[in-house]
Amino acid sequence: MPDLLDRDTHAAIGVGGDERLARAELRRQIGRLELQLSELVAEAFPRVRIDASVPAVSRRPRALGLGELEAVRDSLATRIGDARRQLDERSELETRNRELLERMLDAPADYKWLQISRDDIGAPGCGHWHSRPRYGVLGMLMGWWRVRISSGCPLPGRLAAVEREKSEEARPARRAATGPVGFVSAC
Amino acid sequence: MGAGAADPDLGWQPPSRLGWVAPHVAAEFPGLGISWVEVDGRAGRSPDPVRRRLRDLSDRFYGAHAIHMRERPIPWAYRVFFRQIGLDPDHTRTPVEQLALDRLHDGGFKARGMPADALTIATVETGIALRAFDADRLQGALCIRDTAPGESLPGRPAELARGTLVIADERTPIGLLFGATAEGRGVEKGTRRIAIAAVQVDGVPQIAVEEALWMVAAALETA
Repeated sequence: MPDLLDRDTHAAIGVGGDERLARAELRRQIGRLELQLSELVAEAFPRVRIDASVPAVSRRPRALGLGELEAVRDSLATRIGDARRQLDERSELETRNRELLERMLDAPADYKWLQISRDDIGAPGCGHWHSRPRYGVLGMLMGWWRVRISSGCPLPGRLAAVEREKSEEARPARRAATGPVGFVSAC
Repeated sequence: MGAGAADPDLGWQPPSRLGWVAPHVAAEFPGLGISWVEVDGRAGRSPDPVRRRLRDLSDRFYGAHAIHMRERPIPWAYRVFFRQIGLDPDHTRTPVEQLALDRLHDGGFKARGMPADALTIATVETGIALRAFDADRLQGALCIRDTAPGESLPGRPAELARGTLVIADERTPIGLLFGATAEGRGVEKGTRRIAIAAVQVDGVPQIAVEEALWMVAAALETA
């Protein structure tokens, strides 16, 4: 045990002692970048899944050398760049979807059967806007189109009904066009 | 450096003791520390109050908590430390994030008996990384140090690579830092006295460590 206490050279843990300040600075940068990445992950949830994983440079806990710390820092910086790009792309898509929703609300007949969900515009919760004909076939023939707003998230008591719907969906059936805008299609 | 009572003024019983960190490791990782308490206790089924508390904890912990947890100061501090010691916290999870993941996977914090349940409660409530050891099999103060050439965890034949960070007593390593525990050093059927150790990293306040240790000790005393 005394020999463990007496070991005061940094060579003992496999890192150069004269680079200590540089390593401390890199650790500080890693801390700051980790916080930025965490904030981006939290901001993106649940709209975008951000991959915050940075490959481990070691399989066991140990003090890292300068090069390894630089690799961790650079990987984190790359991840943050990727995360920002993903978020920006998603935000642009949501903006376009919001604009599309406004146009659909103004002129439902121009966007027949189009469905836009709250998720598509980056809004929390469930629900969607759906351009549908009033009075079914008659409305289709007469051009009476309107936007229906769904009633939101299903209550827990209705989960059994959802299960039934799912099993029915598995059967081949004629379905209305649905899907996120950006990938939205109208029929 | 020396082991002793951490802060007797807090008045929490039993008082925690501060372990030491090898100087060259402390120079690399300022803020790294280990504290522990020893309490009478044994492995076994958790008492009803502890099981009830686990259920309450499950009821107020959701997926959003798990995502936003990494922004909170203490879980973030452990994530940063994991990065700094070469581990990826999204692969080798920090203790509190592992519990959060298990909660989401299992639909609740499952009762696993004592002292695991006491550690779960304290870790989720405070974010502190905690370990439990058989106190009667420890010799002297706990410490965090790096391994010397030829050292291994008792009961595990594989030699640890030089420089591996471990929790040790005055004789041998008793577990990897945030990893496996040496054979016979964890809490087992024959354990009569339990040492609860908290690993503190830079950015984690001592008061949170004290609170975590006190919570575990209090839970163990109810058993």
